[in-house]
Amino acid sequence: MQIHKYDTVIVGAGGAGMRAAIEATKRSRTAVLTKLYPTRSHTGAAQGGMAAALANVEEDNWEWHTFDTIKGGDYLVDQDAAEILAKEAIDAVLDLEKMGLPFNRTPQGRIDQRRFGGHSRNHGEAPVRRACYAADRTGHMILQTLYQNCVKEGVEFFNEFYVLDQLIIEADGVKRSAGVVAYELATGEIHVFQAKAVVYASGGNGKFFKVTSNAHTLTGDGQASVFRRGLPLEDMEFFQFHPTGIWRMGILLTEGARGEGGILRNKDGERFMEKYAPVMKDLASRDVVSRAIYTEIREGRGCGPEGDHVYLDLTHLPPEQLDAKLPDITEFARTYLGIEPYTDPIPIQPTAHYAMGGIPTNVRGEVLADNTTVVPGLYAAGEVACVSVHGANRLGTNSLLDINVFGRRAGVAAAEYAATADHVELPEDPAAFVVGEVERLRDAAGKERVAELRRELQETMDKNVMVFRTEQTIKEAVEKLAELRARYRNVSIQDKGRRFNTDLLEAIELGNLLDLAEVMAISALARKESRGGHYREDYPNRDDVNFMRHTMAYREVGDDGTETVRLDYKPVVQTRYQPMERKY
Amino acid sequence: MATPVMDKVEAEAASSPYITATFRIRRFNPEVAAEAYWEDFQVEIDPKERVLDALHKIKWDMDGTLTFRRSCAHGICGSDAMRINGRNRLACKTLIKDLAPEKPITVEPIKGLTVQKDLIVDMEPFFQAYRDVMPFLVSHGNEPTRERLQSAADRERFDDTTKCILCAACTSSCPVYWNDGQYFGPAAIVNAHRFIFDSRDEAGEQRLEILNDKDGVWRCRTTFNCTDACPRGIEVTKAIQEVKRALITRRF
Ligand SMILES: Cc1cc2nc3c(=O)[nH]c(=O)nc-3n(C[C@H](O)[C@H](O)[C@H](O)COP(=O)(O)OP(=O)(O)OC[C@H]3O[C@@H](n4cnc5c(N)ncnc54)[C@H](O)[C@@H]3O)c2cc1C
Ligand code: FES
Repeated sequence: MQIHKYDTVIVGAGGAGMRAAIEATKRSRTAVLTKLYPTRSHTGAAQGGMAAALANVEEDNWEWHTFDTIKGGDYLVDQDAAEILAKEAIDAVLDLEKMGLPFNRTPQGRIDQRRFGGHSRNHGEAPVRRACYAADRTGHMILQTLYQNCVKEGVEFFNEFYVLDQLIIEADGVKRSAGVVAYELATGEIHVFQAKAVVYASGGNGKFFKVTSNAHTLTGDGQASVFRRGLPLEDMEFFQFHPTGIWRMGILLTEGARGEGGILRNKDGERFMEKYAPVMKDLASRDVVSRAIYTEIREGRGCGPEGDHVYLDLTHLPPEQLDAKLPDITEFARTYLGIEPYTDPIPIQPTAHYAMGGIPTNVRGEVLADNTTVVPGLYAAGEVACVSVHGANRLGTNSLLDINVFGRRAGVAAAEYAATADHVELPEDPAAFVVGEVERLRDAAGKERVAELRRELQETMDKNVMVFRTEQTIKEAVEKLAELRARYRNVSIQDKGRRFNTDLLEAIELGNLLDLAEVMAISALARKESRGGHYREDYPNRDDVNFMRHTMAYREVGDDGTETVRLDYKPVVQTRYQPMERKY
Repeated sequence: MATPVMDKVEAEAASSPYITATFRIRRFNPEVAAEAYWEDFQVEIDPKERVLDALHKIKWDMDGTLTFRRSCAHGICGSDAMRINGRNRLACKTLIKDLAPEKPITVEPIKGLTVQKDLIVDMEPFFQAYRDVMPFLVSHGNEPTRERLQSAADRERFDDTTKCILCAACTSSCPVYWNDGQYFGPAAIVNAHRFIFDSRDEAGEQRLEILNDKDGVWRCRTTFNCTDACPRGIEVTKAIQEVKRALITRRF
């Protein structure tokens, strides 16, 4: 075991982690621990754009952006946070441009902007061009640009280090962060990082679904690590299903495709979104479009022999426009489906895409131990966190924005805290939990296989807690998850070695997914209303009287060692915007 | 759009043609044995699936010790460059049907970087060469309050080289790189190109000097392996030629 001492430790090197690192490195001795090489992070998969009311191509302002964000999130958004997001968006984009990001340009040489779902002029009048973009590679360019600037600033990375535990010391009723414990992939060695400030930027947890746009590595390790240590997770029932994943594969085809004029059609060739969202049509918010697609499918208007998908039609767009604005997604259709998007429509279905919930933070990125108390020295930003700027449904292009605005804020806040605070003393035997887990899995001789449990997990999640949910389906998921968690105790792995043991790490990642799936299902069961991405067929309406509040889930361990998930609730911060019915 | 009844994809999917393919994989684990060896796996698979899917089937259902890197599974993270049937490609972007699967499909680690276990190689020298070319925008003087202006044509000038995902498929396909680890390699030059030809950048001269080194661009013998290997379709050799020309003319 090795012990390292830093001022600031950042967990994750995606957009949020590297944006934080650029700030923290200038102000404090900083280490970035990342299970992937930074440029492998899933921020690189983001395609469509990053929202900011630059007004480069038409009238726009940050207040409209704030309103759209709140409305898009079905009023579960904390309005103070949304206002910060929309206001700071402009500098966030300009900062990236100054760092070198190659945005697409207008004829005047300014950053070009395009339409995206849910972003509107003057509180819903008509779609507005607010998404700054670089073809359909915006996330790739952000990730590369941030990595380039990390190289420039000399950021210190520990690549292929998996953070598996969060160290919390509780004294006089106050929980403090002491550091993290990491596992080095190359050697199997365990490292303790003592740090004054820790920033989680470890990304989402979409891999508990089968059809998903998420990478294999998005397994919610950060969320699971803090949850296990008694800290809450917020709004985990809210998961976004993006309307246009490649049929069966889930690979994303950006909403930018509809922003450029693409149209969704059912088997009769009908532009069905006109029925569901007369003004915004194909550019209504994602939860609305995903439900519309499944409604078409359920009512027998789906395409194909099994009627299980619909079409994204780009055939009326000029090939030059597709080449210039959507080169990657058209190539995905060619590579993975053998389809030529110039002439043929692309079969699509909704795909599990984005975790709105996560580790609760305030607007400085400080992690909360309950509704109000911060955990000194602990920060989170990006998809792992819940500020909450996305509420019940995130608007497209608001996440690349979130990781830049709140990644920066968390990096600054963590380093400033580290400048004044002392190290918290490490607990005795700080690596005990990780060593125990690693040894247990290496020595285990049980009959259960990781891959089989993961398949069953993904199947039950797709079947029971996706776009449509009912009490019955969620209960089915809860029961299945209890079974899978019990069977997980009998998992064994084949690779017993120390070098690059990805067999072992997949087992640990599965454990994290199972924990988080349970939190999601239990949170969803208790929310007896429909709001944003959480749609209950048995409670089809939003219920502001009883559920205009954030879910806070805690892990409780009984005297006999049994684990349960306890739910509590937190008020939504409302400033200017009163809840209204959401129409697009 | 023509009224769709059944499209190509669906027509093919309707007759789900599973095949049994042999994957001949180069195995190496110094914890167990000093020598590398070939191991065959028979995998039942739909040929429209990816090589990565086959590797997962092997790892998840047959042999958990098989080790490789992967993340995004659709060709944008650059984790899984490997030598498949003797050519560098991304496992997640290579469909089995395109590989003549009636014969054994060989899968090996990329060449020129030290193999650490099975398909995993040491990426450090690769990233070091990248870091050595100053892969970041340099500009001096007062910054404008808004964005710097750049014409669409100036933006287009370096578009091709912005696509790089640092997968190392190009560098590890280069015979010069295999024989001489000191050479920067195509990927580093591509990333230098991305800044040298960016109208906003002011460090072109410095980067050119770095590449004028004995281990720089002049080592390139224009074999085009890199261009063929690039999973992003970057014209790598052309980019290297442009850097060479800029060195001669000092105009870029
Ligand atoms: C296909 C796709 C397209 C998208 N398009 C858009 C878009 O156009 N606009 C938009 O706004 N949003 C988009 N999104 C959403 C957005 O891209 C993501 O929410 C965002 O990039 C997440 O960034 P992040 O930094 O939080 O996490 P990530 O980029 O996922 O990074 C996570 C980091 O954490 C590290 N990590 C994870 N676990 C551990 C561990 N245990 N130990 C150490 N390190 C760890 C990883 O190595 C990685 O570096 C898209 C998402 C997807 C999947
Ligand atoms: S797994 Fe990301 S490029 Fe293949």
